[in-house]
Amino acid sequence: MAAAMLQVNDLHAFYGRAHILHGISLEVRTGEVVALLGRNGAGKSTAMKAIMGLVPPARGEVSFAGQRIERLPPYRIARLGLGYVPEERRIFTELSVMENLEVGRQAARAGVPVWTEEKLFKLFPNLARMRERPGGRMSGGEQQMLTIARTLMGNPSCVLLDEPSEGLAPIIVEEMGNSIRALKGEGVSVILCEQNLHFALGVADRAYIIEKGQIRFGGSMAELAANDSLREQYLSV
Amino acid sequence: MTLASILIQLLNGLAAAASLFLVSAGLSLIFGVTRIVNFAHGSLYMLGLYGAYSLIQFFGRTPLGFWGAVVLAALAVGLVGILIEVLVLRRIYRAPELFQLLATFAVVLVIKDIALFTWGAEDLVGPRAPGLSMAVEIMGRRIPAYDLLLIAIGPVVLGLLWLLLTRTRWGALVRAATQDREMVGALGVDQAKLFTSVFFVGSVLAGLGGALQIPREPANLELDLAVIADAFVVTVVGGLGSIGGAFLAAIIIGVAKAFCIGIGTVTWFGVEISFSKLTLVVEFLIMALVLVVRPYGLLGKPQAAQRAAEPAPRLQVPSWTFALVWLALLALVPLAADRYTTILLTDIVCFALFAVSLHFIMGPAGMVSFGHAAYFGIGAYAAGLLLKRFGLPMEAALLLAPAIAGLFAIVYGWFCVRLSGVYLAMLTLAFAQISWSVVFQWDSVTGGSNGVFGVWPSAWLADKTAYYYLALVLCGAGILFLWRVLFSPFGYALRAGRDSPLRAEAIGIDLRGFQWAAFVLVGALAGLAGAVYAFSKGSISPSSISIAQSTDGLIMVLLGGVETLTGPVVGAAIFTWLRDAVARNTEFWRAVMGGVILLIVLLFPQGLVGGLKALVARWREQRA
Repeated sequence: MAAAMLQVNDLHAFYGRAHILHGISLEVRTGEVVALLGRNGAGKSTAMKAIMGLVPPARGEVSFAGQRIERLPPYRIARLGLGYVPEERRIFTELSVMENLEVGRQAARAGVPVWTEEKLFKLFPNLARMRERPGGRMSGGEQQMLTIARTLMGNPSCVLLDEPSEGLAPIIVEEMGNSIRALKGEGVSVILCEQNLHFALGVADRAYIIEKGQIRFGGSMAELAANDSLREQYLSV
Repeated sequence: MTLASILIQLLNGLAAAASLFLVSAGLSLIFGVTRIVNFAHGSLYMLGLYGAYSLIQFFGRTPLGFWGAVVLAALAVGLVGILIEVLVLRRIYRAPELFQLLATFAVVLVIKDIALFTWGAEDLVGPRAPGLSMAVEIMGRRIPAYDLLLIAIGPVVLGLLWLLLTRTRWGALVRAATQDREMVGALGVDQAKLFTSVFFVGSVLAGLGGALQIPREPANLELDLAVIADAFVVTVVGGLGSIGGAFLAAIIIGVAKAFCIGIGTVTWFGVEISFSKLTLVVEFLIMALVLVVRPYGLLGKPQAAQRAAEPAPRLQVPSWTFALVWLALLALVPLAADRYTTILLTDIVCFALFAVSLHFIMGPAGMVSFGHAAYFGIGAYAAGLLLKRFGLPMEAALLLAPAIAGLFAIVYGWFCVRLSGVYLAMLTLAFAQISWSVVFQWDSVTGGSNGVFGVWPSAWLADKTAYYYLALVLCGAGILFLWRVLFSPFGYALRAGRDSPLRAEAIGIDLRGFQWAAFVLVGALAGLAGAVYAFSKGSISPSSISIAQSTDGLIMVLLGGVETLTGPVVGAAIFTWLRDAVARNTEFWRAVMGGVILLIVLLFPQGLVGGLKALVARWREQRA
C-alpha cells in the first residue's frame, strides 16, 4: 500500500459559533481519487476549506506530504503542493484566461507533474480558443475548466475538487470526468466533494460519506455500490 | 471669458490634476488590494513635499539636484509606506475594517508631529525647477514651463501604471487580489508580500505627487488632511479601484477648481456670485452629484463584499441602575473637584454625546460617517448665531440648535442613505467639508476663520459648576435616549438592515426611510452636543466642523470599541482627558496620542472596552 499523501485526524471546525466539523478523519494515498460524498450542508465544503486553511481548524491534525499543515496559512499550504478548486469557482472575472492561469503559477516541484499553459489547453481544449477572454464572459462549464486549470498551474501533487459537476450540462460533466481521470493518469491525487454519486462512481477509487460533520463510511467504491441501505440513509434526497 | 483665458484655466487645471491623480491612484491601488481606507495617504504626500524640499537644499539647485531630490523623496516615502504596512497594518489585517481605519488615523497624528519636529511649523517655500523656471507664451498668455511638464507627467504615469497592471505578473496578482484576495492566497501567493509591494507602489505615487508640487505649493502641516480629502473625492468620483477613473476625476476636479478661481466674482441677474470662494466646495459638489447619479463613481463597479460577514456581537441592554449610579457619581464630582477639572468634565460630557451619536449611526445602523463633525459644528454655530445675530435668549438658542442640525441632517441624509460602505462614508465627509467651507468663508455671518465670540450662557448658568450640571443632564439624557432607541422596534429594524439589507426589506422594513430617520436623529443629538459645547467655551471656531473634529469622533468611538454601548463614552473620556493631559506637557501631543492609539490597536484589536471584557472573560475561565 502506498503511503498516505494527505492524512486528516479528528478535525474540528467552526463557522462563527456553529460547530460544523465534528472530528473527521480521512486519508488519501498517492495517485488515488477519493470521493467525499454527502448531502447539502453535510460539511463537505467546510472539510476542504479546513484542510486548506481557509477555515482555521479548531482541533485536530492535518498532515500533507509528511508535514503538519493545520496551523499554516493557505498560501503556505498551496506552496507545499496542495491545490484547491472552490465550489463557487471564484474565477477572476476581470482577468483574461491567460492571466487567471498566471495567478495560479508556481515553480515546478520535484517528482510531481509539471503543467504549462499548452499542456492544460490539451486537457481543456475549449480554453485554448479563448485565451484573451475575460473570466467574467465565460460559460459556467468553461469557468469550471478554467478554475481547475488555474489550480493545476501550481503543479500540485494533490487537488481538492469541490463539486466540479455542480450545475453543469451532462455533456460537460462527462468531459469533467475525463479530465479527472486524466489527472489521475498523470499521477495527481484528487479528493472530490460530490453529491452526484453516479459521477463519483465513474472516477473515484474510494469514498467517504460525511453526514452532520462526521464520517459515516469509508471504503471502496465497489463496497458503496453494493450497499443500498448506506446510500439510502446518507445520500438519497 | 475669452478663448485665451479659457485655455489658460484649462492648462492650470490640468497641471493641478497631475499631482491629484498621482496621490489618488496610489490610494485607489492600496484600497483595492488591502481594503484599507488609508487616512495616512495624505500624510505621505506631505512627507514627499517636505522630503523634496530638504533634499533639494542638500543636493543644490541644479537640474540634477532637483530631479534627483524629487525621485529620491518619492522612493523614501515608499519606504515609509513599507514601514507602516509591516509594523502596523500587517498585524491587524484580520481585525475589523474600522479598526484599521483607527490605526491609519494614529499614523496621521504621528507623521504630523514628526514633520513638525523635523521641519517646524512655518510654511516652507520650495525653489522653482532649475531649467524650467521660464514661462512659455501661449495665445499671448504666459504659462510656466513647469506646469506644461506636469500636464505631461499625468498621462505618462497613467500609461506606466497601465503597463504595470496589465503586462506583468505583479499586475495580474494585484488585479486578482482586488477581486478575491483569499483565492489568491489559496493559489499560493503570499498576501503579506503582495500587500507590502502594493503599499510601496501606492506610497511612492503619493510621495511623487507631493514632491512634484515643490515649485507650486509651500510645504505645510495642514496638507495631510487637505490632500486626503481631495484624494478621497477623486477616488470616489472616479470609482474606487479604477486608475483610469482616478485620472478622469482628477482632471475634472482640477479643471473645475481652476475655472472657479479664473472666473472670480461675477454678477448674474443682480446677484453677485463669487466663484473663487466656490473653489473649496466645488469638488465636493461634483462628488455629491456624481454619487447620486452613479453610486459607484464614473468608472467604478459595485464592490464585492470581501470578507465573510462575522455576525455582530449581541448588544447588551444597558443596565439602568449602572447608568444612574454613574450619573450620580458624575453629579458628585464638582463637590470635590477644582474649576479646571469641572471644565474638562464638561468637555468630556459633550464629546461623549458626540461619540455616542456617531456610534449609533456607524455601529448599530451600519453607516460609517467620516463627517459627523458637520452636525456638531452646525449645532454649535446655530446656537452661537441665534444668540448673537438673532438676539434669542441662550436657553432658546440651545434648544433650537439641535433642530437646525437635524434640518441639515434631513438634507444631507437624503443623499447619504442612497449609498453604502466607503462611498457613503466619503459622501458624509463631502457634506461636512461643504459645511466647513461655507462657515469658513462667510465672514459677514459666521465670522469666517475667526469664528463667533461671546457665546456665553445666561447668568444662572454662568458658574462652571452650574453649567456642568446642565451639560450632564442634557448630554446624559441624550445618551440614554439613544441607547433606549436601539432597543425599540426602530433600533431592531436598523440592526436588521445592517446585517442583511435584502432580508430586512423583504420582510417589509422601509430600510432607507429608517436609515434616513436615524441620520436625522443622530444629527440632532450631535447638534445638541455641539451647542452645549459652544456655550461652555464661549466661542466657536471653524475647527468644530473640520475633518479633524470628525476624525476625533471616530477615534473616540473606535478607541472605546464599536461593539459595546459604553465603549464610545469610555473612548470619549479617555481621548479628551489624554489629549488635555498630554497637550499641557508637550508640543508633540499628537505623536504621543498616535503612539498610544497604535499601542491600543495592536494590543486590543476589539477596542478598549471589548478588550477588557475579553480579558475578564479569560480570567474567569481560568478561575473556573
